[in-house]
Amino acid sequence: MAALMIEHVLAQAEKDEAEKLKLISVDKELELQFDLGNLLAIDPNPADVKAFRQQNREVFLRSLARDNTQLLINQLWTLPTQRVEEAVVATLPDPSTRLPREKPIPKPRAPTRWEEFAKLKGIKKKKKTNLVWDEVSKEWRRRWGYKRANDNTKDWLIEVPATADPNEDQFSKRVKAKKERVAKNELNRLRNLARADKGKIPGVGLTPTEQPSRDDLGKAMHVAKRSTASAGRFQDKLPKEKEPKNMGKKRKFQPLLGDFGAEKNKQLEILKVMDSKKPKLDVNKAVNRQMREEDAEASAKRKKPFKKGGRGKQGGKKGKGRGPVRGGKGQGGKRRK
Amino acid sequence: MRPLTDEETRTMFEKLSKYIGENIKLLVDRPDGTYCFRLHNDRVYYVSEKILKLATNIAREKLVSLGTCFGKFTKTQKFRLHITALDYLAPYAKYKVWVKPGAEQSFLYGNHVLKSGLGRITENTAQYQGVIVYSMADVPLGFGVAAKSTQECRRLDPMTIVVFHQADVGEYIRHEDTLT
Repeated sequence: MAALMIEHVLAQAEKDEAEKLKLISVDKELELQFDLGNLLAIDPNPADVKAFRQQNREVFLRSLARDNTQLLINQLWTLPTQRVEEAVVATLPDPSTRLPREKPIPKPRAPTRWEEFAKLKGIKKKKKTNLVWDEVSKEWRRRWGYKRANDNTKDWLIEVPATADPNEDQFSKRVKAKKERVAKNELNRLRNLARADKGKIPGVGLTPTEQPSRDDLGKAMHVAKRSTASAGRFQDKLPKEKEPKNMGKKRKFQPLLGDFGAEKNKQLEILKVMDSKKPKLDVNKAVNRQMREEDAEASAKRKKPFKKGGRGKQGGKKGKGRGPVRGGKGQGGKRRK
Repeated sequence: MRPLTDEETRTMFEKLSKYIGENIKLLVDRPDGTYCFRLHNDRVYYVSEKILKLATNIAREKLVSLGTCFGKFTKTQKFRLHITALDYLAPYAKYKVWVKPGAEQSFLYGNHVLKSGLGRITENTAQYQGVIVYSMADVPLGFGVAAKSTQECRRLDPMTIVVFHQADVGEYIRHEDTLT
């Protein structure tokens, strides 16, 4: 009885074992192709169309997927494994299938203003060595940064230039200049960013200058005046203040094919204004007219005696009225006749 | 190509009014169709609306000319009349000068009109008045500026200049390549 029981149990165990083995071993006519790096298995076997049609499709597909997954898992177990905190971890080989990238390729950084200019002018970057020989410390040092060679911030003495104010602190001047350079660089960096973003670049406004010119001062005044909450609308004007040039208004033209009637009316209006501006009394014209009238009168007078003399026989009267010169002329006329 | 600004229109009208006075109105306001002034390459063209609309199909740098060129704006924004405007100015001319047949050629070669070549002149012409120059057969030859008033012309010796030359139809040959 006991032996029978044991036999039975053993048979049962063997059966279970076979069942288990059947669960993890899958038979395929063609070997699957694996890309373990991507956890990918490709099944080249043709699908059993008959079974697919006869069986419940869902069940068929699920069992097929299960089998193939099993094969993939089996393959994974062949990889070298290690235990990390109660979990068995397999190291995957490099993926052999190339997948398209998820995101588009990042755009190259927009060139800065200097880079654009350098390209235009054909200026090439020259590589400089990183290390420079420092004469003072007698060793090779970096060109820039901490513990750099020929560090001019470590100068203990600065010669005062001949043109400089002797009471000026050259050290603080140097520090200030450096700070300004840094600030300017930062500003340019931000402007480059804004430019790359196609955003509106804020105007630089006014950069401090050593000796501001007349134009600079005018500009500064203009900027200061407009820097109120109401954009300078209520700001008083100085007696002889002029608006700075090239500010604000841009010239705008009428459309090429606009309203022809309106254009005509505008031109007629201009003509009307031009006409009304003409002086009513044209001095030149008036003088000319006067001269002409005088001329006409004079010539009439000159001709008068000549004609009369020719026409009638009243020479006696003429001779009485006029001087001898006139008479002579009259005679000449007679002689001609 | 664009319409003239008010400023440009005024400068041009002031120049035109020296020759045709208030007759500019007849150029602006025409009963036979819509005509307008357009600026292209600093030159002012007098174009009918129809041709203007056709010309819009041509790219700016390819467009050489359209309508009638009246003149051009200099870089100092002054207006210079071109000889091509003569056809429109001659019918409306207020002050005319007729040149004797012998002096015609001299004028057409770009010389000033001398007293000896002066055939007739409109009465009442003031000094420095814009005038249209005609041949004795009433063919418009060009335009100029009266150097002397009509009155003064009478008592001049024959070699003095009466009309300063500005433009003449000889330019059609002399400046063939630049006239548009």
